Amino acid sequence: MDMSIALILGQDGITNGAIYALLALALVLVFAVTRVIFIQQGEFVAYGALTLAMMQAGTVPATVWLLVAMGVLVTVFDAGAALRAGRHRRAAAVAGWNLIYPLALAAIMAMLPVASLPLLVQVFLTLAIVVPMGPQMYRLMYQPVASAPVLILLIVSVALHIAMVGLGLLFFGAEGQRTPAFSDASFELGTLMVSGQTVWVLVVSALLIGALYQFFERTLYGKALRATAINRVGAQLMGISPALAGKLTFFLAAFIGALSGVLIAPITTIYYDTGFLIALKGFVAAIIGGLASYPIAALGALLVGLLESFSSFWASAYKEVIVFTLIIPVLLWRSLNTGHVEEEE
Amino acid sequence: MTQTPQTNAGANNPVLEIKDLCVSYGKVEALTNASLTVGEGQIVTVIGPNGAGKTTMLSAIMGVLGSKGRVAFDGTLEVVPEVERMVARGMNLVPEKRELFGEMSVEDNLVLGAFQRYRMGKRDHKQTLEEVYALFPRLKERRDQAAGTMSGGERQMLAVGRALMAKPKLLMLDEPSLGLAPLIVREIFRIIAELRRRGVSILLVEQNARAALQVADYAYVLETGQIAMEGPAHELADDPRVIEAYLGFGGKHQAMLST
Repeated sequence: MDMSIALILGQDGITNGAIYALLALALVLVFAVTRVIFIQQGEFVAYGALTLAMMQAGTVPATVWLLVAMGVLVTVFDAGAALRAGRHRRAAAVAGWNLIYPLALAAIMAMLPVASLPLLVQVFLTLAIVVPMGPQMYRLMYQPVASAPVLILLIVSVALHIAMVGLGLLFFGAEGQRTPAFSDASFELGTLMVSGQTVWVLVVSALLIGALYQFFERTLYGKALRATAINRVGAQLMGISPALAGKLTFFLAAFIGALSGVLIAPITTIYYDTGFLIALKGFVAAIIGGLASYPIAALGALLVGLLESFSSFWASAYKEVIVFTLIIPVLLWRSLNTGHVEEEE
Repeated sequence: MTQTPQTNAGANNPVLEIKDLCVSYGKVEALTNASLTVGEGQIVTVIGPNGAGKTTMLSAIMGVLGSKGRVAFDGTLEVVPEVERMVARGMNLVPEKRELFGEMSVEDNLVLGAFQRYRMGKRDHKQTLEEVYALFPRLKERRDQAAGTMSGGERQMLAVGRALMAKPKLLMLDEPSLGLAPLIVREIFRIIAELRRRGVSILLVEQNARAALQVADYAYVLETGQIAMEGPAHELADDPRVIEAYLGFGGKHQAMLST
């Protein structure tokens, strides 16, 4: 291997690593706040990429109907809960966002010539469709069992993952899709050719990580999520309901997932079931951070990305095996180094 | 005295009225038909031995625990008390375990106390923060320190300060003096009296019956999940049964000496 190959592999590794870092951060966040292991993160990646691809092919993405269906269910659930608590005005009010937003979006999709819109508008519409599914999913599937043991929540996640992959096949078909790059520009860095898409991935990832940091450090809602992760009971007594925290967290995670999908769609071909493998690598990174540390998870993601790209050169048949085997020494090291975690007073 | 059935007569303008509140853990009934009234601007205390159901009662009123019975707060009957709604309507609980956000700074802990107000569009938390700092200068000194690294007394002050950030109408304190040094206990009770002067109604649950009866207007004795006695605090402090069970021999006399 000479220097130029190493540089290309390094560039690949860092680009993928940036995506894994975003996914790993979302996994850590979701687990910290809601104790849910967000297995279906990968499906949000695939739904993001494939919804964009469908728009570019000129069809109304089928995901918008899923959004409408879940909106109807959320409305029924919320109205029922409000009526049981004897709050009739609230029962009428829940229809607003839950029902009108998906229907309005579906109408826009049906009327606009989506294929000829500028790419950034298509990306925006993609996020507008896929991201609200996060909070909807939390409301429908997790909120009713929010205080259940982690294992139950994990089983719910597995079920949702399987359901979303199946729906993905139904919505997008078995064909893989690749979307055009955000920009055709490319830059020469010494002997290395850096594509415009790589720059997009790196810049957007860095911006997003910076924005998340600001959100958690500076805003009251961000602090409220951190507080929920630290002490659920204390947060609830401040009026930060677990339901609100859960929906907000799932919103962020779905946003990160869908945006990652949109970003990598021009780099790799995405199938309806590709997301799982991508998110699993984010998961390896999150495990390196003990599902608790954001910076270690992000660094772990870069390591996973680099390991993947270099092993694809040296032993391409084994590249996935090598990446996932990384988890064994990490788990060993963690179990030797971490004592029993004391319950917070 | 307390032989005849009494009611909290000073509470002609009740902030909190609970009637026949029942809580059960499975088949075990932890609270049976408890009724209690807190008037506006009053300090009402609930004393009783360990395991009598005091914390259970506060949790049920707050909506943390499910319950049967009537809870009317600030003139509105709550069919199912729900924590966020109770906080939004001006009820705040300082729990026995304090439940601070240990890894966050003192100031972040305090600001989060105003979360529900902030959410409802009342963004005056900076000003409230200064008011709380004025009441607890110690917290201002330690504003950037992680809450988990502070002493027991400071943590209790932070827990009370955090609840005050919500500008509550009714503050419920669960064993605020538990595990604290006598000097700090006195400071906590001084602050409770100061809060009443500022118009906050207080429901105080205490095992330190002597101090609680001194500061309170009205008192209830909770035993094995039932209200066993009630009456104006100074009358209960003279009641032989209360003296024997909760204040110890010569309780009243000692109480006067200790102030």
